[in-house]
Amino acid sequence: MSKILEIKNLSKHFDDFTAVNNVNFSVEEGGFFSILGSSGCGKTTLLRIIAGFQQESEGDVIIRGQSMKGIPPEKRPVNIVFQNLALFPMMNVRENIAFGLKRQKLKTADINFKINEMLERVGLNGYENKKVTDLSGGQRQRVAIARSLVMNPSILLLDEPLGALDRKLREHMKVELKLLQKEIGTTFVYITHDQSEALVMSDQVAVMHDGQFEQIDTPRNLYKNPKTSFVAGFVGDTNRFELQSRFGDSIKCDSIITKGGWKLKRPDASVTPEILYMRPEAFILNPDNMMNDIEQFEVTIKTILFDGSNTKLSTMVNGSNEELLISLPQNAQFDGIVEGHKLNVGIHRNDIKCF
Amino acid sequence: MMQNNKNNFNITFYLLIVPVLIWLIFMIVIPHVEMFISSFQVENDEGDMVFSFGNYIEFFSQKIYWLTFVKTAAYSIGVTLLAFIIAFPIAFYLTKVTSKKNAGFLMLLLLIPLWVGELVTVYGWIVLLGDHGVINHFLITIGIINEPLNMLYTNFSMVVGLLYMSMLFMVIPVMSTLQSLDDSLIEAACDLGASKWDIFIKIIIPYSMPGITSGAIIVFMLVIGDYLAPNLLGGKNSLWFTEQIYNNFLQTFNWNEGAAFGFLLLMLSSGIIWVALKLSGQKLEKVGA
Repeated sequence: MSKILEIKNLSKHFDDFTAVNNVNFSVEEGGFFSILGSSGCGKTTLLRIIAGFQQESEGDVIIRGQSMKGIPPEKRPVNIVFQNLALFPMMNVRENIAFGLKRQKLKTADINFKINEMLERVGLNGYENKKVTDLSGGQRQRVAIARSLVMNPSILLLDEPLGALDRKLREHMKVELKLLQKEIGTTFVYITHDQSEALVMSDQVAVMHDGQFEQIDTPRNLYKNPKTSFVAGFVGDTNRFELQSRFGDSIKCDSIITKGGWKLKRPDASVTPEILYMRPEAFILNPDNMMNDIEQFEVTIKTILFDGSNTKLSTMVNGSNEELLISLPQNAQFDGIVEGHKLNVGIHRNDIKCF
Repeated sequence: MMQNNKNNFNITFYLLIVPVLIWLIFMIVIPHVEMFISSFQVENDEGDMVFSFGNYIEFFSQKIYWLTFVKTAAYSIGVTLLAFIIAFPIAFYLTKVTSKKNAGFLMLLLLIPLWVGELVTVYGWIVLLGDHGVINHFLITIGIINEPLNMLYTNFSMVVGLLYMSMLFMVIPVMSTLQSLDDSLIEAACDLGASKWDIFIKIIIPYSMPGITSGAIIVFMLVIGDYLAPNLLGGKNSLWFTEQIYNNFLQTFNWNEGAAFGFLLLMLSSGIIWVALKLSGQKLEKVGA
């Protein structure tokens, strides 16, 4: 697979702050690449630089081996799906999708053929003469994507296009977008603050923080093996513990103590950790005593936070001040659990992430 | 308690609606009915008022009347177009280009001429455009021309005056539609390969059409019904139809013919606006909103 998009040492400085700070990455042809970050991390600026709406301060954007320096947005082989979709309200569905094709001065027959094909693909046949203001959120979404895809771009940029949809529709569109991308094979660069969107849809996810990339990895690796403390805390739910420094300093000491007074075995003797992360679903309830490499302890259940498949126990680690969230599988085995119970819990030492 | 609330509501409702009704009935409806009736009356030999189409026939049989009529219509349309051409870039600059702070200040500058009234601004133009006026004096001093340009009391000076007093009424409605135009629409068009001209013609103009239409209606109405600027700035050849009406009422004291002319002007302006709305595909309700 060849690299369709390469970003080299890209920076963008505004008057008093740096929105994008020396970012490097590349996207494979046909890939689904997400940039995940909270608002204000610079991801929108980065996307706008790729699209050509903003000028980079340093570095280069290379598409299909060609530098995009000085090339205006209308001449770049990329199209963008805007956050608010930016459909033209005075045009109907067909006119919206035809807008870009007409600018290319194509024959009417070709335009009609391409539009019909695209309408079919996004499942909007029969809607071509509707006003875009009469469509539902999901349909408007599809018109916006169709309008960009019909231009047959090398890369489709998507700026949080699912942000305005309600939860149920968003879940649905996530799957639909992923399938659509697989089917047409266009490279997608998707920016979002919603980690679930990024994890579900992407081949590769870059976590962006303060204008820099913290980690670029597959969704699975990002979740399982976060490289930085920020990624560990940002991606997925997690329990975070700060450690008392006097114990962390000494290499010889084989145990560590959190600020809340929870004493654990030192997971890795070669590093001096400051922060621990443990995912709620990494805990094993009532672990077998025979299991190796497991940190075992007892907790007291404070409350049960029922949320269907996402149900969690809020607990206190016995003998300390630390609160701990533990996932509770919704199967018959743990139906008897009630508040105030004590529970034996274990976690595999590999699942304790130290930074 | 409920009953009481309902009564209160009714009283408030009537208190609010009555001034409007009084205004409409006494200032608009009754005078128009009266005018309408008198436009179909002429004085017979005995000095009595009798029903007749004579006032309207007079209009069509005298060339000067309907020539003025057509000229007024054509110039009003022309001034409306000019007002659009001048006002649109101003509105665009104020809403999309300059900062909010600057826009407020510039808007104030646009409003100031309105505060002093039309009569004063018209005399201002006389001072500027006259043979010994500011502009001619300046041009002669720097040596561009030797003889003063004849600008005042021409169609040119009349159009300038009409434009000046009506332009702002195009700027404001256009600004309000442009304000709601999301910049991302322009960026999306640009992203889809549109040139600046395409964006202007295909996105910005169609989007601001409701504002342009309501601005055009206001400007057109103001211009076609204006009396001061054509009378004071226009020359002998720049007869405006309102002047014919004025002459009938106040110089020849032929109120019946004046009423007929008034109705002709009302029908003319309504007709042109109706045609314009049809042509631009706009709805009056939407434009008014």
